[in-house]
Amino acid sequence: MSLILILEQILNGLQFGVMLFLMAAGLTLVFGVMGLINLAHGALYMVGAFAAAAVAGLTGSFVLALIASLAAAAAAGALVEVTVIRRLYDRDHLDQVLATFALILIFSEGTRWIFGSFPLFLDVPDYLSGPVTLPGGIKYPLYRLAIIVIGLVVGAGLFWLIARTRIGIQIRAGEADREMIAALGVDISKLYTLVFALGAALAGLAGALVGAIQSVQVGMGEPVLILAFVVIVIGGIGSIKGALVGALLVGLTDTLGGIFLPRLFTLMMEPAQAASLGASLASMLIYILMAAVLLVRPSGLFGGSA
Amino acid sequence: MKMLKSFAMMTAVATAVSTLALAAQAETKIGMITTLSGGGAGLGVDVRDGFMLAIEAAGRDDIEVVIEDDQRKPESAVQIADRMIQSEKVDIMTGIIWSNLAMAVVPAATAQDVFYLSPNAGPSVLAGKRCHKNYFNVAWQNDNLHEAAGAYANDAGLKNSFILAPNYPAGKDALTGYKRMYGGELAGEIYTKLGQTDYAAEIAQIRASGADSVYFFLPGGMGISFLKQYADSGVDLPIVGPAFSFDQGILQAVGAAALGIKNTSQWNKDLDNAANIAFVADFQAKYGRLPSLYASQGFDTANLILSALDKTDVSDQDAFRSALEAADFDSVRGDFKFGPNHHPVQNIYVREVIQEGDVFTNKIIATGLTNHADAYAPECKM
Repeated sequence: MSLILILEQILNGLQFGVMLFLMAAGLTLVFGVMGLINLAHGALYMVGAFAAAAVAGLTGSFVLALIASLAAAAAAGALVEVTVIRRLYDRDHLDQVLATFALILIFSEGTRWIFGSFPLFLDVPDYLSGPVTLPGGIKYPLYRLAIIVIGLVVGAGLFWLIARTRIGIQIRAGEADREMIAALGVDISKLYTLVFALGAALAGLAGALVGAIQSVQVGMGEPVLILAFVVIVIGGIGSIKGALVGALLVGLTDTLGGIFLPRLFTLMMEPAQAASLGASLASMLIYILMAAVLLVRPSGLFGGSA
Repeated sequence: MKMLKSFAMMTAVATAVSTLALAAQAETKIGMITTLSGGGAGLGVDVRDGFMLAIEAAGRDDIEVVIEDDQRKPESAVQIADRMIQSEKVDIMTGIIWSNLAMAVVPAATAQDVFYLSPNAGPSVLAGKRCHKNYFNVAWQNDNLHEAAGAYANDAGLKNSFILAPNYPAGKDALTGYKRMYGGELAGEIYTKLGQTDYAAEIAQIRASGADSVYFFLPGGMGISFLKQYADSGVDLPIVGPAFSFDQGILQAVGAAALGIKNTSQWNKDLDNAANIAFVADFQAKYGRLPSLYASQGFDTANLILSALDKTDVSDQDAFRSALEAADFDSVRGDFKFGPNHHPVQNIYVREVIQEGDVFTNKIIATGLTNHADAYAPECKM
């Protein structure tokens, strides 16, 4: 195993983590501010990817496709918040899970109705395709580097928004005490719609970015959703910083575990068996990580004492 | 787009209504359980459309087809099967795409004197130890296309393959099949997670492994992701695969990344026989897209049933079984016959992904295996 391979895998883990962060950020904001479990977050990721694929197919422009993914997911998010989610804030979590699960089905079948059952085409633009050679002789796809950069820039923007702007102050106040901030004259329902649309837009952006290197198909959001939940539980619910650290932890653990565990087992048993057992164990690693974190810090790494 | 969809809906409703109208005088009832929603819906839709194309072309008013969606879930497939057998009293069942669902449904169905004709899934157990006189596979045994790929790798002079497949039974069958025929060394063997969408880590290992070629079995969306990421990674080793990652339904989503890749299939749209030429033209005229291998399998399954019904009634089980065994129909694959375990003995071809105008598709470049039977037939005691 060469150093170059290890470094390349660390980059892969980072890139995966950054993608997860974009998903988890919206999820953790919505949960933190509104106390809502939103299973339909994965559906918004899918909406972003389909919007991007449709616009890229019509115009051929990847930048326009990304803008479309942000706009479509934010619009879908705002619409869903106003029509459905708003009625759920005072209900218990089971009702929320049921209603947002129904939204998954509605979005999936709606998307199938519009775009059909077959996966759509969305590709990396020419100027971002192919590998680049990094210092040290690592050949790495330029597009994945771009994802890392975009994710970190969006993350920085989010921190700035939460820490430095008036809206950020309202969001943090909303997390701390919902009734009080309403009493202080902040239009709480507008704030909720805004936060929900922001989270949706981030999920949509993640869907579009990932859609270019994966398949754009109905149901693409659900596997990512589960990982995003793991991330926010590890990071501490409601914490953007926690979402970032948790996402990078999960990304690196998942990627590196998937490579090193089978190799480790090869030392002890025959290759086919080691590959199969190592792969099985590697897919459990992030859940083991989550259990370990929760043992030490029951409310997550950066969670409040909720 | 929307207009088209609602038109399709209307036709679907019209078909459903006409099926209902037929129900009154139906003598043979066929139950189809297939995947029509969720991630793998493209495959089920193709099987259904191919199947119904043949049934409707036959114009018989004594056949009723009941179609249900299993959502790719074994438990719902089992529920639907129970209902079809016990309350709807179907005579023949078909449609299941996935091997794990087939394993859950087929043994119970055949044990209750229902015929099952598989248009896709071909798990090794059902071809060997647990074969059954009422079970027929019209597509292939799971290992077959992979065996042809292994044989092709030998012919192409590949000596150091890196192989990968998802970590589930059909994935293991796949790599077993490839290794059964392939004579070279293995640069690496990886089992990925089922449903995995990011292959950066695996591609990095391929890059570092010193392999001279890559063999992968990643059906549906998994294959799309792998191919796009592979093309973008700058690793340019030749790829060989089974047809499942290069079928008509997903090639458009992969795009130019798949061009030139060799893959193995028992069928292609350019097979030169009258049945196939008519099938490709009719399918395209009716559904507005090119048929995939799944559609061809659905079409053949329906025609096999029709050929047996022409000879005898399904209520005479022994006669009907003999009529199925005779496989007296014009398969779109050309020659088609069953082996002793009711699995096909057929040619498997090597195809290459090409571009025709705007459309990505396959053309046959060689015959990989001739009159190939599966390896499990000797274990079958019928």
